[in-house]
Amino acid sequence: MSDPTSITAVEAPGAGVPAPTGPVKTDKPRSLAGDAWNDLRKRPVFWISIVLVAVILLMAAWPTLFTSIDPRACTLANQHKGPSGSAYFGYDFQGCDVYAKTIYGAQNSIIVGALSTLLSGVIGLVFGLAAGYYGGWLDAVLSRGIDIMLGIPFLLGAIVLSSRLAADPNSDGVLAVTMTLGLLTWTSAARVMRSAVISSKNQDYVAAGRMLGATPARLMLRHILPNSIASFIVILTILLGTNIASEATLSFLGVGLKGDAISWGISISEASRYARVAPGPLVYPSLFLAATVLAFIMLGDAIRDAFDPKLR
Amino acid sequence: MFRYIVRRLLQMVLTFFGATFVVFALTFANQDDPLQALAGERPITESQRLALTERYHLDEPFLTQYWYYMKGLLTGDLGTSLTGQKIGDMLVNAWPVTMRLALIAIVLAVVISVTAGVYSAIRRGGAFDNITLFLTLVLLAMPIVVLAPMAQLLFGIQLGWFPPTATRDASLYALFLPALVLATLAIATELRVTRTSVVENLRADYVRTARAKGLTGRRVIWVHVLRNSLIPVVTLIGVDLGGLMSGAIVTEKIFNIPGVGFNIARAISTEDGPLVVGFVSILVIIFLVVNLVVDLLYAALDPRIRYE
Amino acid sequence: MTVTKAHIDVLPGADPRAPLLEVNDLHVEFRTQYGVAKAVNGANFRLAAGETLAILGESGCGKSVTAQAIMGILDSPPGFITKGQIKYRGVDLLGVAEEQRRKVRANQIAMIFQDALSALNPVYTVGFQLAELFRIHRGMSRKDAKKRAIELLDQVKIPAAKTRVDDYPHQFSGGMRQRVMIAMALALDPEVLIADEPTTALDVTVQAQIMGLLADLQKQRNMGLILITHDMGVVADVADRISVMYAGKVVEEAGVYDIYSRPAHPYTRALLESIPRLDMKGQQLNVIQGLPPALTSIPQGCAFNPRCRFAKDPCRQDPAPPAYAVAPQRTARCHFFREVLGE
Repeated sequence: MSDPTSITAVEAPGAGVPAPTGPVKTDKPRSLAGDAWNDLRKRPVFWISIVLVAVILLMAAWPTLFTSIDPRACTLANQHKGPSGSAYFGYDFQGCDVYAKTIYGAQNSIIVGALSTLLSGVIGLVFGLAAGYYGGWLDAVLSRGIDIMLGIPFLLGAIVLSSRLAADPNSDGVLAVTMTLGLLTWTSAARVMRSAVISSKNQDYVAAGRMLGATPARLMLRHILPNSIASFIVILTILLGTNIASEATLSFLGVGLKGDAISWGISISEASRYARVAPGPLVYPSLFLAATVLAFIMLGDAIRDAFDPKLR
Repeated sequence: MFRYIVRRLLQMVLTFFGATFVVFALTFANQDDPLQALAGERPITESQRLALTERYHLDEPFLTQYWYYMKGLLTGDLGTSLTGQKIGDMLVNAWPVTMRLALIAIVLAVVISVTAGVYSAIRRGGAFDNITLFLTLVLLAMPIVVLAPMAQLLFGIQLGWFPPTATRDASLYALFLPALVLATLAIATELRVTRTSVVENLRADYVRTARAKGLTGRRVIWVHVLRNSLIPVVTLIGVDLGGLMSGAIVTEKIFNIPGVGFNIARAISTEDGPLVVGFVSILVIIFLVVNLVVDLLYAALDPRIRYE
Repeated sequence: MTVTKAHIDVLPGADPRAPLLEVNDLHVEFRTQYGVAKAVNGANFRLAAGETLAILGESGCGKSVTAQAIMGILDSPPGFITKGQIKYRGVDLLGVAEEQRRKVRANQIAMIFQDALSALNPVYTVGFQLAELFRIHRGMSRKDAKKRAIELLDQVKIPAAKTRVDDYPHQFSGGMRQRVMIAMALALDPEVLIADEPTTALDVTVQAQIMGLLADLQKQRNMGLILITHDMGVVADVADRISVMYAGKVVEEAGVYDIYSRPAHPYTRALLESIPRLDMKGQQLNVIQGLPPALTSIPQGCAFNPRCRFAKDPCRQDPAPPAYAVAPQRTARCHFFREVLGE
């Protein structure tokens, strides 16, 4: 009954209202995705993150586009030399080219980040759909499982699991870290899916589909998924960013990538010991890592805002 | 209230056993040679092998092993590290400085995020709001492995405002920089939740009543709106503690603070399995207990739950 | 309760002999991203001490916005008062500094809201929320304030006030909660009480009790009461005069008997015809055709013309009908009020 709210209600053109001559744009039929895209297009944050992500992907796929120097060709004689025309970022403790190493570092970050996110996406999707759709004991068991997962602070679990999986001293740790991150980070994706399924399951069109004899798989694929896919994508985009950060953290601590694998986390770990004498090798990989994580999180955030304008 | 507590306690018991079991299983299950896994790449002597077998009851069935592990955890007997020190003693030594660090970090995080969150909510859409929203996004994206070394480099080494390392008996001042680094992990989410929550509450009917009562704007916000808005923020503090623990491992390693995190980081690099598992298990338990306390606090803040 | 109070000097210049409350040509608009919604477009009315004025209208007609404008608690932005006067004892409140204005609230003009559950703060006891008034406005100690809070709860007939003062709003029933709201509004002995749909959220039996309580308290204290409602049944029992609002304007103002027996505006008439009556059992109920206009695009001329069966050409053209004096103390904004009356 209070008026600010009733005004918005009144504004929705309803039957019997004299045709409004006000600035109501109704030229195109609107869809949620179309609206979101229109909104997204106008956000500078969205375009900044898209450009950043594109550059990083390019770096990961074809590092030679950015540098012709072999990041593993190191000479101790160059130790901690400053930046020069041939080595833009200077040299690190072992005399490796920091610029080349930083460029090549993108590869492992993206590989681990993308694969682990894919893994948690798949686990989250399956568990979330199953728990939401079937409910009952399956839901109870999966929900308690999620509670238990959330009872272990992420990095602590990751340390234990990753050091288990990477026990083989000859591996570079890529598989181990990917598995660790994938197995530990699916909970939020599963929760989002589960609640999306539960809320859309009770909607009339889904109930109608069920009464018409649609199989659960078809219902999920054709009706439930499309309606929850937006929030799912947002979760996974942000997760991609945080997984890249987690890979760096695990590598930094020595339970992530190892051996002669190139990783921003390892670079930061090594360089932080010599930050007093040579800050460069610490600063550059840090900047690249931060920019990469930021790009994905900004992207996810922008998409979420576009789909859910009421939060602003 | 009573039913709420009982339900939470039951949930906690389940989560407690589940979580410790997961940690335990991750360490020992399906291992060709669990002892080697505990010790990593370094060779273990026959006497160590015997001691570890006995310690973890590796010659007995898996569930029995878990039983002994739990018994050890609950009675404070954490065994000995591969270097032969009692893990319990190491924990007692490392504990105080980490505790102080965490407390400073939590206080900093809450004070900063609640004040900034309230102000951005009041002036939402304004310059302050947009800047803080962007800054929280950047903070959210900043991995701790970037934040900690960069803060040390900038404020500790280059500008020299704070000591770049801290000892066991570090002063408040020496702990300030690492605590701030830890706090930033929580600030971003806490600020955003405070803001959203205040924005929602500002629209609530009771705010109109409070204004109709002729209260000052300040009282309406800081007494009426804030108390309601803090309820979701409080629950976050429990969750954030997990992030804080993770962050402490990196931060203490970078700033050389000989606390719990530092010990875990060192145990990882020296591949001291028993030490890692012991410390991690204790942290998991603390995390669960704090979350239970936070839930009870939540009930105290929200009378609608208290009288359920 | 005496009418001349010590605390009247909260508002300098207030003249105890001037009319209690006068609203002249009040205009309020909401500037939203979808356009400007004209919520109130020239509301006029007067209220004397001891009088009950009902403001009647459908939701969205501007009656709640008018109330909030009088209280000075309009959300701004998006709401703006663009024109008009709100005079309390001769002082135009719109020209008063905010700090003064704040003190007028609860001290001189108080308000009760529709949904007491959401209008009370869920995390504080009702005692706290009552005592707060005495602590802020009267500087009382916690103990004294609480004592006064218990007295107030007693006055609004809440049983066991002494223990209930420590309860939270959700522990009260709907009717009891509305009593708490009333106690809160009357705490500082205001001269004007605005009740915005005070009984809409309540059961019928409880409604009657609450309206009875309000009427008693009003009589005791000789307050002016503005009763905002869409319910013609509630109005008939308690109101002295009625202002009927439509699309932000007072379209008819008259004494309660005149309105019920001989409405002068087609909208009032239509409202009366839409009340179900026992003697019309079996017949079809008259409903008003169409919907109230969107406040972003109010029709030219008389805002009611698209729904009016008396409408002729002049009604569809600006200017809108002025407030014709139908009789002494009685106005209607209809060019054809004579036809409406005569029919």
